[in-house]
Formats: sequence, structure tokens, C-alpha cells
Amino acid sequence: MVLVKTRNLLKCYPMGLRTLTALRKINLEFQRGEFCGLIGPSGSGKTTLLNIIGSLDVPSQGSVTVLDKKIEELSHVEAARLRRNHIGFIFQTYNLLPLYTAYENVEFPLLLIDMPEAKRKKKVMDALDWLGIADKAESRPAQLSGGESQRVAVARAIVKLPDLVLADEPTANLDAENSFNILEMMVKLNQELNTTFIFATHDEKVIRYLRRKIHLVDGQVVKDEIVN
Amino acid sequence: MLALRLAYRNVVGKGLRTWLNVAVLSLAYVLIIWHQGMFIGMLRYGSRAMIDYEVGGGQYWHRSYDPLDILSHDDAHGRIPAELSELISQGKATPILIRQAAIYPEGRLHSVLLKGIDHSQTVLKIPSHHLKNDKEALPVLIGKRMAKSLAMGIDDYITIRWRDAKGTFDALEARIVAIMDTPATGVDKGQLWVPLEALQKMVQLENEATLIVVGRNVLSIKDLPEWKFKEPDFLMRDIIEMVRGKRVGAAILYAVLLFLAMLAIFDTQVLAIFNRRKEIGTLMALGMSRGSVILLFTLEGAMNGILAIAVGAIYGIPLLVFTAQRGISLPEVTEEFGFAIPPKLFPFYSVGLIVGTVFIVSLTVTIVSFLPTRRILKMKPTDALRGKMS
Repeated sequence: MVLVKTRNLLKCYPMGLRTLTALRKINLEFQRGEFCGLIGPSGSGKTTLLNIIGSLDVPSQGSVTVLDKKIEELSHVEAARLRRNHIGFIFQTYNLLPLYTAYENVEFPLLLIDMPEAKRKKKVMDALDWLGIADKAESRPAQLSGGESQRVAVARAIVKLPDLVLADEPTANLDAENSFNILEMMVKLNQELNTTFIFATHDEKVIRYLRRKIHLVDGQVVKDEIVN
Repeated sequence: MLALRLAYRNVVGKGLRTWLNVAVLSLAYVLIIWHQGMFIGMLRYGSRAMIDYEVGGGQYWHRSYDPLDILSHDDAHGRIPAELSELISQGKATPILIRQAAIYPEGRLHSVLLKGIDHSQTVLKIPSHHLKNDKEALPVLIGKRMAKSLAMGIDDYITIRWRDAKGTFDALEARIVAIMDTPATGVDKGQLWVPLEALQKMVQLENEATLIVVGRNVLSIKDLPEWKFKEPDFLMRDIIEMVRGKRVGAAILYAVLLFLAMLAIFDTQVLAIFNRRKEIGTLMALGMSRGSVILLFTLEGAMNGILAIAVGAIYGIPLLVFTAQRGISLPEVTEEFGFAIPPKLFPFYSVGLIVGTVFIVSLTVTIVSFLPTRRILKMKPTDALRGKMS
């Protein structure tokens, strides 16, 4: 089943008097349950593509369909609803809400979808347990290490069991051991829950885990390979 | 509901910054209510004093009477109408005759108003019973301010000169029989109270009056051909206007107070939006719409106002109750204000005042909290996530 489809995707940004083309003629399809990555050097358009798929941005031209919804046609409210119900984000800098505890951070997406308290509590504790940070539930982000923070971020992304998880350089700030642990958990999630993962990365540690590698250079797909 | 919960969590989580805003805001609430309460207390006291000593339930004025035109006083008199005579005999109204006169304390000439009042009247609180029968000299009642300005006391004699109805000058010696301690300056300064009958004889205007004060319990009031009825509100318009004027002046203080509090809120909001760009981006990525983020930030600001109500109540209620019960001592110079001011002022805090102040301040806080959040409307989630302002 096709989860994400891009057709002739073009993304341009105004840069003073000139226009910078970040993505050009991107035609891709992502199936449910894929564990794939957008690979390329800085400025190749990985994050831009990820943001458009995540409905945080819109294409300048072309079309992007996510779960049968055309991103370019969504209003702000509809885009927010799509993210809220179907998409989980993992960021390089974790982006945890600083005033909330680990528990509250993970609980946040469930609050947004109005999940009843008892069910919410169980889901949050399951996610924290699953990522091995249940003992850090009451800690605030400032009290967590980088690895722990990223685990909380992963727990927050997966707690609502989204159809799609978008991870932008999730291991860039982590050491080898933490990267390994996080990636192992993501693989397990992908296999057990059939959650689709799309990474934007140039980290070799991540690339080794990917089953599909899409190479981007200067905003163009130069190679799309399936790893057996 | 969720936005409220999150806003509360964020506001409390901000710690000292929140409590500083809350402290300034609560001060604004308490000071505005306290200060307004003072003016309302002042107005209530002044109005009551005027009603008790001067205005009663209203006054019938002779058609020629103009209290602001002192030269007209000698022509402003007429026979007490039959319609009011019954009220007077029942003790529900009292006639007052006003004439111009001159006195010579210590050889100096003073223009005064001679006011004749029935010694047995109970319509006004003027202690007119002191004016009953004095065979030695004309009994005179004066107020404490008048006594102070003339440097005279009880049993002092003064020479009074006046003109009768035909314009003939006459004079006699009068004795001060009492000095009344009245908060109403309108029955005090520049006035000598004498028995009505004696004054009527002195000026040859028997059974005539300048005005007739009716009691507060008189309900059927109507204008008469020669006499126009003046409502208490009309008679007290000066004090009402004066207090209103002072309240307008005090509004400047409230504006400064509110401005300071709002500046703190506005500043906090602008800084919060700038410092929390990444958080705003994250909230949007997690599925909050821009409208929800704006609501969240506005509620955070508005919550300062709500917390300020709670904090203000903690120290404000005891303070307000204490001042309302014990009163606030005023300096003697307030005697010169031109209307009745008590030595101890008891502020009055009405429900309307408290609810109104809380509503206005809370609404202002909410608006001021909302204004900076409009920036979020222009924010792109992708820029916000990178900590950039769009």
C-alpha cells in the first residue's frame, strides 16, 4: 500500500533577488512498513523533502500525497490534523518541551488526540518501558542525557502508533552506543508494528540499517536502491 | 480545556518570571479597588452629610431663588404655599428664609447669609433646638468652620446689620448660643442660623420663606406655581461632579499602574515567543494548529491575570476589610476641600466595583497577551523548528 507519493515535486526558496531550488522533479513512492532513508550531504534537500512529506511545508510545484491527502491542498488546520493523527516526528535536537517531564512529553501527542486518561497513562508507560526509560518518567529534559532525551523523543513519536515516522538526523547528536540502541528500537518498532520510517541522514550508523536508500544531490534523486 | 491545562502548566513552570508579573498585576487590582473604594466612601459620606444637613428629600425653591446669585437673595421670598403648610405642621418639611446681612466681629465687616430656621424642625440635622427662646439677645447658631474663621465662641456677641423688605437698614446684637460640628460645609461657612420667626419679623416677611426643605419620607412631590421642586440629585450635583472629577484624576494613576503591569505582560509575551520559537515549531509538528498555539500563549498571558486575582485576594481582602472597618484617618487640611469629608474615611467596596475592576484588568491582560501572539500566525513551522522567526 502506497503511503506517500510525490509527483514532479519542486521546492524553491527566494534568496534575495534569486531563487534557490531545494528540490527538483522528485518522483517517489513510499510503501507502508518501509524503513528507508533520504541520504545526502548538507543542502541536498533531505530535510526539505521530509518537511513537505510531514506537511510542515508545501511544494512550490508538483504534488505530494500522504495517506490519500494532497499536502498542497491542505489548510493549516487540516495539515495539523494530519500530523496529529498520523505522523510522528523525531528531530536531531530532540525538541522536547523543556518545562514538561519525560512522561508529560510523551503524553503530549495523546492529549492532542483526546485519548482518555487511563488509556493514555498505559500507553505512555508502555512506550517509556519499551524504550527503557520508565525510571526517567519524572525527569525534565534538562536532567536527561542526550541518549535519554532522544529515547523520550522516539517514545513521543511512536506513542500514538502513527502510520509514518519522520526522523531528521536522529543520531547526529548521539554517540555510537546510543545511536545503536535507538536504531535497534526503531527497527523493532518497524518490524513489530509495521510503522513506516523515513529518515533524513548522512550518518553511516543509520545508513547501515536502512532497507531502502534514496540518494539526493542538489535536490535531485540520483539513486534509489533497495537493500536486501 | 487542554489549552487551559497546558497554559497553567507552562505558567507555573516559568517560576519567578510568572510570580513577578503576578505580583505587579495583583498590586494593580488591589490599588485600583482600594482607591476607587475611597472615592465611593467619600461620595457616600459627603452625600449623606448633605442630605442630613442641607438637602433632605429635596427642596422647593422660590422661583426667584438662585443660590449662585447672592444679590438676588433679598428678592427671593414668597408666602409659604398652603400645599406645603400641612407638611410643615406635620414636621415633614421645614421652611428656610435667607437674607443678606453683615456682621462686625472685632470691628471687621463680614458679609454673611442670615438663615432663619424653625427651632423645632427635625427634617434636617441642624441642631436648631439651640435657637429656642432667648430673651436677652437674638440667638445665633454657627458652624465650627465659621466660628474658626471669625475667631468666636459660644456666648460671644456680634452685631448684625440687615435690610428689611422695604430696604431699610436695621441692626441688633446677637449672641452665639451654639457651634455645630457639621461635616456639611454648605450649612456652615458664611452663615448665621437664627430662629425663623425672629428673622421673618426682622425683615418684615412674616410667613414667608426662600426655600422649603422636605423630608426624605415625603413621596408625593409636585411643582407649585411659585415654587419649583429640586431633586436631591440636582442639589448634590456639585459634590457628585467634584468626586467624579477626582475619580477621573485618579484614573491617571490607574492607567500608569495598568500600563506598568501590561508592559510586564507584553514584554514577557514578546520574549516568550522569541525564546520559545523552537517549542512553537515542535508544538506545530506534534499537531497543534497555529490557532491552538496562539490560544495557548494568550491563555498563558491571561493566566497571569487569574493568578493575580488569587494572589491579590490573599493580601487584598484583609487589607480592604481592615480599611473598610477601621477607616482611614484624614489630615485636617481636607476640611478645605469644599465638601463634607470625615475625619476618618471609610472606603466602600461594592460588588460592582470589585467585579468591574477584575473584569477590566483581566480583559486588558488578555488583549495584551494576545497582541504579540499574532506573530505566530506568520511563523512557518519549518523556520520555527530551526529557531528562526519567519
